[in-house]
Amino acid sequence: MTTAANAVEMSGIEKTYAGRNPVTALSDVDLAVGDGEFVALLGPSGCGKSTLLNIVAGFEQPTAGSLRIDGGPPRRPGPDRAVVFQESALFPWLTVRDNVTFGPRIQRHKRGSFEQEAQRTIDLVGLGGFEDHYPDQLSGGMKQRVGIARCLLMQPKLFLMDEPFGALDAQTRLQMQELLLHVWETLKRTVIFITHDIDEAILLADTVYVMSARPGRIRSRNPVDLPRPRDVDMLTDSTFNALRRDILRQIREEAGKPETLGRM
Amino acid sequence: MTLSGLGDGLNARLRTFLQGLALPVVLLLLWEGAGRAELLPAGILPAPSTVLKTWEEWAFGSGGFGLNPYSGTWFDTVLFSARRVVQGFFWACVAGVPLGIWIGWSALAARSIDPLIQGLRPIPITAWLPFSIALFGIRDMGAVFLIALGAFYPILINATYGARDVGRNLIRAAQMMGASDRDLVLRVVFPNALPAIFTGMRLGLGVAWTAVIVAEIVAVKSGLGYVLWDAYYVGRMDVVLADMVSIGLAGFLSDRLMLLVQARVLHWRTLSRG
Repeated sequence: MTTAANAVEMSGIEKTYAGRNPVTALSDVDLAVGDGEFVALLGPSGCGKSTLLNIVAGFEQPTAGSLRIDGGPPRRPGPDRAVVFQESALFPWLTVRDNVTFGPRIQRHKRGSFEQEAQRTIDLVGLGGFEDHYPDQLSGGMKQRVGIARCLLMQPKLFLMDEPFGALDAQTRLQMQELLLHVWETLKRTVIFITHDIDEAILLADTVYVMSARPGRIRSRNPVDLPRPRDVDMLTDSTFNALRRDILRQIREEAGKPETLGRM
Repeated sequence: MTLSGLGDGLNARLRTFLQGLALPVVLLLLWEGAGRAELLPAGILPAPSTVLKTWEEWAFGSGGFGLNPYSGTWFDTVLFSARRVVQGFFWACVAGVPLGIWIGWSALAARSIDPLIQGLRPIPITAWLPFSIALFGIRDMGAVFLIALGAFYPILINATYGARDVGRNLIRAAQMMGASDRDLVLRVVFPNALPAIFTGMRLGLGVAWTAVIVAEIVAVKSGLGYVLWDAYYVGRMDVVLADMVSIGLAGFLSDRLMLLVQARVLHWRTLSRG
């Protein structure tokens, strides 16, 4: 699937953390993410999937291998690659509005140039009326909405999402998945989404990559043949379940025991 | 919350307040009683009513002539001390906050500056007195220097801690939104350190009041510390006690003022979940 239009291209990526007992988090990772593609990286905790995301974001450097973003070498972290963190990572001293507009404000954009767009984005993620609230006043799901809104406002080429719904209760998680589906289907931006939840991976992504642990590698590539637009009703679809069984089998083979991942 | 619930809350707070007041009142009454029964040596421990009368004369008396040189000088005396505290505290903040942030943020600064500060810190400000007098003479500067030095350490250490404490993902979030190193320090590390900085400033203010008394006893000729020692020398223990109460009151009120400022600046912290 490697074409000239790839948003992200990795080959032979390796990451070893030095120390008395060096840990190899990633080994020989090859991954190509097409422009506008929604990719899910599925794997148990400790499989290095967050490390992979941090390398794409520019937060960490690979020990070996090559990484190209938009055909060029990776640059330092910046607004072309927006990250949604698991623990929202909002600034507790800023209101919802100021958190969302932090990016344009530090880039010294004129207030008039982003104010309307910011309000539209806040409304889009369902936070209208909460503009002047502080993060401590919000629930976990609402905080993640703020985290998504501030990324949307940056209009990045690439969305990197590190288990953004992992800490939410089941019902809130479903709401957030629907929100993300809705937003993505209107924007069609490239997304790398990390999760340990099989259902979530299949429901959201065009392609699900299953990772294996210690050291982390890409084990298999699984295209998702579900039509768009999608919604959470598809969680009971037969195509959905067939793919789910297939991925579960791979994971069982990999781990040798069934409880390694998945929320069931 | 219902209206009666609100009343209950108020009653509970009043009850707590009265409970806290009981012991001091009992002690004061015992002290007063013992004083009137002439069980206490009046020259060492004058009764509370005497102290109060002395304070009244000190604060509102007219002219400082003859036998009572303190008459009517209380407000000026408090102002002398308060001004020194404010000046010293100001310089402690000006030096301690940026330096602390820098040490907390930069590994290089931590390696090169922190050891010096940790080496100097165990020297109590009282040990700096001779040096301070030699350097500045018997003038305000010496007192301000000591106060600033004393308040500097807790402010610096807490600012360092607050800056070091910033979450890795907060930094990363700011970076991915395009923050430069300057933005990180000013817009992430500094606001993140503010709660700790306030803790340091409250501690520093307490040290500042200690330092001003020490400095005024030794190094200058005005203020609450000077009067405290001067009154002791002429055997006016009533003035000494009134002075002690004044120092406590000034320290208490300045801390309350600090808390008010803190509540305003850190209002995002005091909000409960809505």
